[in-house]
Amino acid sequence: MKKKVLSLVLALVMIFAFSVTLTGCGGGGDDAGYKVGFICLHDENSTYDKNFLDAANAACEELGVQAIIKTNIPEGQECYDAAAELVDAGCGIVFANSFGHEDFMIQAAKDFPEVQFCHSTGTKAHTEGLDNYHNAFASIYEGRYLAGVAAGMKLNEMIEAGDITAEEAKMGYVGAYTYAEVVSGYTSFYLGAKSVCETVTMDVTFTGSWYDEALEKEAANKLINDGCVLISQHADSMGAPTACENAGVPNVSYNGSTQEACPNTFIVSSRIDWAPYYKYAISNAQGGEPIDADWTGTLETGSVVLTEVNEAVAAEGTIEKLDEVMEQLKNGEVNVFDVATFTVEGAALSSYMADVDTDADYTPDTEVIVDGAFRESEYRSAPYFDLQIDGIKLLDTKF
Amino acid sequence: MSKVHKEPLLHITKRKELPAKQTWAIRIGAIIAALVVSAIVTMLLTGLDPFSVFGTMIYGAVGTERKTLILLKELAILLSVALALTPAFKMKFWNLGGEGQILMGAWATALCMIYMGDTIPSFLLIIICMVAAIICGAIWAMIPAFFKAKWNTNETLFTLMMNYVAIQLVAYFIILWEVPKGSGKVGIINQGTMTGWLPYIGTNSYILVILFVAIITAGMYIYLKYSKHGYEISVVGESQRTASYVGIKVDKVIIRTLLLSGAICGFTGWMMVSGIDHTITTTLAGGRGFLGIMVSWLAQFNVVAMIFASMLIVFLGQGAGEISTIFGLNQSFADILTGIILFFIIGCEFFINYKVHVRKKSGKEEA
Repeated sequence: MKKKVLSLVLALVMIFAFSVTLTGCGGGGDDAGYKVGFICLHDENSTYDKNFLDAANAACEELGVQAIIKTNIPEGQECYDAAAELVDAGCGIVFANSFGHEDFMIQAAKDFPEVQFCHSTGTKAHTEGLDNYHNAFASIYEGRYLAGVAAGMKLNEMIEAGDITAEEAKMGYVGAYTYAEVVSGYTSFYLGAKSVCETVTMDVTFTGSWYDEALEKEAANKLINDGCVLISQHADSMGAPTACENAGVPNVSYNGSTQEACPNTFIVSSRIDWAPYYKYAISNAQGGEPIDADWTGTLETGSVVLTEVNEAVAAEGTIEKLDEVMEQLKNGEVNVFDVATFTVEGAALSSYMADVDTDADYTPDTEVIVDGAFRESEYRSAPYFDLQIDGIKLLDTKF
Repeated sequence: MSKVHKEPLLHITKRKELPAKQTWAIRIGAIIAALVVSAIVTMLLTGLDPFSVFGTMIYGAVGTERKTLILLKELAILLSVALALTPAFKMKFWNLGGEGQILMGAWATALCMIYMGDTIPSFLLIIICMVAAIICGAIWAMIPAFFKAKWNTNETLFTLMMNYVAIQLVAYFIILWEVPKGSGKVGIINQGTMTGWLPYIGTNSYILVILFVAIITAGMYIYLKYSKHGYEISVVGESQRTASYVGIKVDKVIIRTLLLSGAICGFTGWMMVSGIDHTITTTLAGGRGFLGIMVSWLAQFNVVAMIFASMLIVFLGQGAGEISTIFGLNQSFADILTGIILFFIIGCEFFINYKVHVRKKSGKEEA
């Protein structure tokens, strides 16, 4: 037994000794320049994280600052530890990208008041009252709406070609959780499609995970077998797009183009471009300027974007139509959640109290229907649209 | 040993105890081979200088005071799980349920923190949480032990399945406790008041957690080595028949040992929720229930060796994370390096315990 202990000690000593002389080369990096830390839940294999990573690298390159990126950081104390290590490494500002990171970022913000902490998708900064803790999101519902328009046009094309009847125009949607961010996303996608294809309906199924390739694939296949003729998704793997490519069913993607892997079914994808926010927050932090507690990116800021349309799959005239609707969204002619365009349990909505200020009892606290539209992302950047509108059928729920 | 009738190309026999010199030679050889292979793989796959990759790994594990403290915290938690599982494995009871037992301890802690957070003083809540966690962990281990002792059910499957029951149970409660609705996240529990949190030393409770595990380690060392219970565990592990013959009540030993095993797992869950994470997720245990088994076996149930085995695994894990940060490599690459090093270290034990014979030319042909 003693030998066993000794052998393990030796193993460690060897590994240390072997590289003691080399420690100098590793770690720290050069001290030149401003340093920016990023904490990501997964790595580039997740479309969600890839979208963040690309923006982080692009923003840092443009500003000439050094990015230090930590990937695969779970939503626990590891997030705090990672943030603290980034502070130790000299970062002046630290970003985290996953919802569950929020409380740990707040904790870090309290412990390191001289460093700025920014958290995407979070909800608490506007009530937390910390000078160095900030949330950000984008009015991605506008991007989803545009993607929905492209989907609706594809459906129209299929109806005209006689592939399906107008009544068979049913879309399928693979969601992660029955959560406001997802609900807001699929509802705006549906409303976009409905704005050009009146008879469209939609089935939604949830996987109960933000990233589960097998489940997402299975969910998409289930929808396809149930007669859905077009699929979109709000979950972060390649599961749904791959299932669509295999089945030859058109797909409207999210987080970025999946055209390379799915050349025969990919139509278009909406995504949030985080680079404008990163540039804004980093340059403000660098210059000592305050950063908004709650920042919402829009079509104007360049935060809500569409990828290139895959003309091989999309209906004719899609690009022109999208340009037209984008203009209308920008100048306010079209409002995604215009209460005249949807009903809830058969009735139009005239008032709705949303849970904007996060609390444990989900107390509705803010009237969000103003001037005939549900004002999404106005009172807080993270989505709070959580209504079930007519025309969308939830096959299941996953909270 | 039976007579060899037809000689295969390779055959393996158990070695007698090797002289110390030779075992050292094998071990040193294995480590050098592991480092050389890792270096070659690094150069071929990434074109990076392998020395700077190794250096970064060390920097990632112990490069700053904070990194060292995190390393020790991770070491403590993994060691605690390994210690918890050891008495069961030493008894040849295949407790694959560490994951679930940790989770149940964590669940009990979170439950108490959420429902009693505002009503009682923090120090009292901490103790209640701890007791609840120990009980829940112990129950989770005792159920399969009871069935094994009474009806000789298969504990491998039973303990494994109990993990999934625990995960689903926790998943259900997360939905009850989530904030905001639909997010699937509980968030930090009692973040404002810090009730039910282990006291801070500096800006966290890591040192306290490390201290607790040091006490468990010492306790387990004495328990296994010097107590009557420890002896009974060894005898049952060697042969249940012998144990019965010398008058050991095997059923009782199985249940008692698993109660202890589960209790320490539950305690670990408590340390994680009350002392470290202050939240609960279904993935809180993070595979430590299984990694702990590896530590326990790698150290051949020797408590002191387990400290170093945990150190090795945590060191590789923490160092690996730094590689992906500094070199922009995918985490998977770091996992490959860890895999290579562990493969050689575990593999060399095979050559210490067994001898491989290659068939001599005169051997009969047998395709």
